[in-house]
Amino acid sequence: MYAALWRMLPGPTAVRALTLIAIAALIVLMLFTIVFPWATQFVPGQEVLVN
Amino acid sequence: MLLTLGVVVLLFVVYLLWWTGVETSAAQSRLTNDLGRAVASAPAPTKVPGSLAASLGIDPPPPVPATGEPYLDLTIPRLGDDWRWVVVQGVGLTQLALGPGHYPGTVGPGEVGNFAVAAHRSTHGEPFAYLDRMLPGDLVRFSFGARAWTYRVDKSFLTDPSDVGVLDPVPGEPTAKPTRRLLTLTTCDPRWGNERRLIVVGTLVKGR
Repeated sequence: MYAALWRMLPGPTAVRALTLIAIAALIVLMLFTIVFPWATQFVPGQEVLVN
Repeated sequence: MLLTLGVVVLLFVVYLLWWTGVETSAAQSRLTNDLGRAVASAPAPTKVPGSLAASLGIDPPPPVPATGEPYLDLTIPRLGDDWRWVVVQGVGLTQLALGPGHYPGTVGPGEVGNFAVAAHRSTHGEPFAYLDRMLPGDLVRFSFGARAWTYRVDKSFLTDPSDVGVLDPVPGEPTAKPTRRLLTLTTCDPRWGNERRLIVVGTLVKGR
């Protein structure tokens, strides 16, 4: 998977590495701001109310 | 692929154990400032001379804020000398991510009836992480500027998540007319589970 991604990226090694880091950072950002807050509701221990 | 999945799971654990706490901590800083402003701009307490509450030395409650807005300061010595939280109005997950929340529909601090507050026991700063350590006689103190209300813990117990009777003005008696000034704290039990609720009940100590 990562070998294929590496071959797809344009430019010299340094540029590819920087692009990969940028992509990874973007993915982590999206996980922390969108995916994880949504997924938290399925973690046990989130229900603290009587209702 | 498996490695990627492992990293994502690990990141999720970091998010739950650390990042939600960072966010809640930031929210509490903001809420502390907002509560200070709310105290400064609050109308003078409408102490009714000759009323029962006034004769008992019980401060009148502050106005109930909008959902998600700061309501009161909360300290519980049993949970630590630096254990201090701003209680917000509302108990939706959005509000509980900010800090402990006041159940809408229950009375305010110091009032006759049942004043109820819920908080997370894990993640989001886990205010009630160690609520199971509360013992009868422990004090729970709420304040709004110079006004303060102290409750003394009567008991704590585990119950079913659907046991809404604990929030009744007279717990377990939905139609009874309240005469006592009660406090009810709720959180989950076990700490990382939803199976039961941990309930702590207290009574207002008169004269602050």
